[in-house]
Amino acid sequence: MLAAVATFALEGIRSHEVTVEVDVRQGVGIFTLVGLPDRAVRESRERVRAALQNSGLEFPRKRLTVNLAPAHVRKAGPSFDLAIAVGLLVASEQAPADELERSALCGELSLSGELRPGRGSLAAAVGARSAGYARLLVPVANAPEAALVDGLEVYGIPTLARLADLLHGRWMPDLARPAVPDVRDRAHEPDLADVRGQEDAKRALEIAAAGGHNLLMIGPPGAGKTMLARRLPGILPPPSFEEALEVTQVHSAAGVGNGRLATERPFRAPHHTISPQGLVGGGGTPRPGEITLAHRGVLFLDELPEFGRGAIDALRQPLEEGHVEITRGQRMLEFPANAIVVAACNRCPCARPPDRCTCTSVELSRYLRRLSGPLLDRIDLVCQVDAVPPVQLVEEDHERRMPSEVVRARVIRARERQRARLAGTGALCNADMDGRLTRSQVPLDAVLAARLLTVRGTARLSGRAHDRILRVARTIADLADRDRVAVSDLDEALSYRLDGWEAIAA
Amino acid sequence: MKSRVMIDACDPCLRRAFLVAHLAPRIAGLLDRPSGRVAGLLALSDEAFVAAAAGESADDAWAFVEALDLDAMRKALSHVEALAVCRHGGEYPPLLQQLADPPAALFGLGSARALRALREEPAVAVVGTRRASPYGAEVAYALGRGLGAAGVPVVSGLALGIDGTAHRGCLDGNGLPVAVLACGPDVVYPRRHRRLYERIRAEGIVLSELPPGSRPFRWSFPARNRIMAGLARMTVVVEAAEPSGSLITAEFARDLGRAVAAVPGRVTSSFARGTNGLLRDGAVPVTATEDVLDELFGVGIRRPPPLSEDRKLPGEPQLRAVLEAADRFGSVDSIAHETGLTAAETRSALGRLEAEGYLVRRDLGGWELAAR
Repeated sequence: MLAAVATFALEGIRSHEVTVEVDVRQGVGIFTLVGLPDRAVRESRERVRAALQNSGLEFPRKRLTVNLAPAHVRKAGPSFDLAIAVGLLVASEQAPADELERSALCGELSLSGELRPGRGSLAAAVGARSAGYARLLVPVANAPEAALVDGLEVYGIPTLARLADLLHGRWMPDLARPAVPDVRDRAHEPDLADVRGQEDAKRALEIAAAGGHNLLMIGPPGAGKTMLARRLPGILPPPSFEEALEVTQVHSAAGVGNGRLATERPFRAPHHTISPQGLVGGGGTPRPGEITLAHRGVLFLDELPEFGRGAIDALRQPLEEGHVEITRGQRMLEFPANAIVVAACNRCPCARPPDRCTCTSVELSRYLRRLSGPLLDRIDLVCQVDAVPPVQLVEEDHERRMPSEVVRARVIRARERQRARLAGTGALCNADMDGRLTRSQVPLDAVLAARLLTVRGTARLSGRAHDRILRVARTIADLADRDRVAVSDLDEALSYRLDGWEAIAA
Repeated sequence: MKSRVMIDACDPCLRRAFLVAHLAPRIAGLLDRPSGRVAGLLALSDEAFVAAAAGESADDAWAFVEALDLDAMRKALSHVEALAVCRHGGEYPPLLQQLADPPAALFGLGSARALRALREEPAVAVVGTRRASPYGAEVAYALGRGLGAAGVPVVSGLALGIDGTAHRGCLDGNGLPVAVLACGPDVVYPRRHRRLYERIRAEGIVLSELPPGSRPFRWSFPARNRIMAGLARMTVVVEAAEPSGSLITAEFARDLGRAVAAVPGRVTSSFARGTNGLLRDGAVPVTATEDVLDELFGVGIRRPPPLSEDRKLPGEPQLRAVLEAADRFGSVDSIAHETGLTAAETRSALGRLEAEGYLVRRDLGGWELAAR
């Protein structure tokens, strides 16, 4: 007899539908698995056999053929176990097929017949809903995550035996409830108020958060660059439900999630020895890289000049387009990769304070040359992070230290202004504006034009640097609730600019 | 930048210049130590020079001279918009005549205005090591910029390190940069200074005693140093180890009876051994642009122009406070702390001060007062 069961396989961070066809007929006991299975899939024969027998069900001693359709796509991972086992049950007439109408199922089996949690159940749920299935059966531990998707009944299944009961109508689990959002105690989150001094860097972080600008922090080791960067997610607006779903889906697919809806933006800080594939994604069965794991959040690149040239070059596409494309065989995968990049570096190779620096200009220019390239073109803001002098620590007014919550409220307001103004342009925040949009969104009155002209005279701004300054100025004005960019906003933006390095690095 | 083409060189001088270029590879073989004075050789008459440099192939050299079509050469020079002036013409920098072995002709690319300025204004050579420390680079830049802004042509050698930084400062101060090369004036050496070279050509002048197309030789660097020393009323060595090409320049300057100055360095630093040695031997210590101007024009006669010509100190007290604090502190936080402003207000003030020319940006962020 023939049975067909629908399941969803993870590919990148999305899932695609796979139909598991099982044919059971008289003959010698042979179990064939076809349809481009990888090793883990082929081994599922053994898991399925043991799981069936240990669940008090029969493993048919007949000629068994399992086909994973579509047959031309590679299948990877153990998530086909459940569908294969159920297909065998139905095809060997141990269970009725009625309950399987409009249902899809995924899950890995243990030899005892229990269902093990797997990666990517949110992606499977999204796929099942858009393919028109009404129900999705997944391991219990994955059910709350899959239930985040609206318009799909999700049931958590503990064991294969229970599933057989369900097929026979002898048992019905409760509808899975969406994962309670991962409400972490704000008191344990890194807060800007913990940072003493560093008002300049905090201001730069606020502007970066408000406009989605990439930021470069320059300063000696130990001055607090990492500590500051870690606080950026906390002042970004909380993710919208859609954004949270995207984040959860990515993390679930990569196996780094905790099975709940992400309510905070991710912060990723890869080490500088990371490979290009590790940073942007890749591998035989492509997995998302750090830039994708930081999607909708913050990617922190400490010691920027130490990163490999290849890794930094690979960031070009994601930084420009907000996603990564990876081609494998005939298939192209797309990973989302829309993150704010915060980079950090020392002032010079020896990293000593300027009055004790021993670097020669040759060493310095070599160092700066390693810094330049595609990434610097996408950096809108640069700020210095120096160790706070003790006198300032002592005299600091603790009342003035702004908690993240207050800064976040300002950022949210600034973002709302941008959303309203940029509606219909395709850009969501000021950093997304291209050159033409920047010029139409930031009209130059006589005063602003005159100021830019003065700077042009002294500093020879390139066209691109010019646009960057205007984008940042627009964000500063948004933070100040101004409809038009004031000349003081432009002045402030000028002070964050990054240019003139080419000459030094030459 | 459109430059008026000027060829003002007599036949014998031009012939001599091409003869030197022709025999340049042989000169290299004659001098076992390139720092040894090529001076004696270059001071010889044509006949003696050929006899000394060409040796057995003297006939070839004379044949080359015979075959030289000087009118065609002049045409070729105008074609590439090169300047050429000789010792006997009125355009030749008069100070250079005082050399024991002045170059017969000077070839240049850039503005004729710069050449004229070299006759009317005393020039200063700012030279130093190719491996500059940040301190040396900072001083070289400030001197270049200050002297440039004060209208003093800044002569240097386009080398990496101090030379290039001094040129850059001079350009940023809207001054007149003069680069003296050890190769033809159209050859960019070192090549990494291509952009700087173009800027100098546009704003000032690039000079050489070798005609366009000549490559540099080991001997031509000390020979070039004598031209720098000869063009300048005063030579300032910013940073120099020992031995060093900059010290050769200083020696030429001293032999000419010109002022030699040096920037004091840390006594423990190898970069400063040469300059501190010059100071010990009586060189003028230079700590700021004013020191150079005082030495050139007499104490207090010429001041560097104020922060910017038509604007006084910023009128607004807040801006002035930030400017003063920026002079003393490097970081935005310290300036904000000193002035009591918020980080945003401080940034805004700094951006404006930079835009209006009161402050300039340092490498990798930070500001300092614009050269005065």
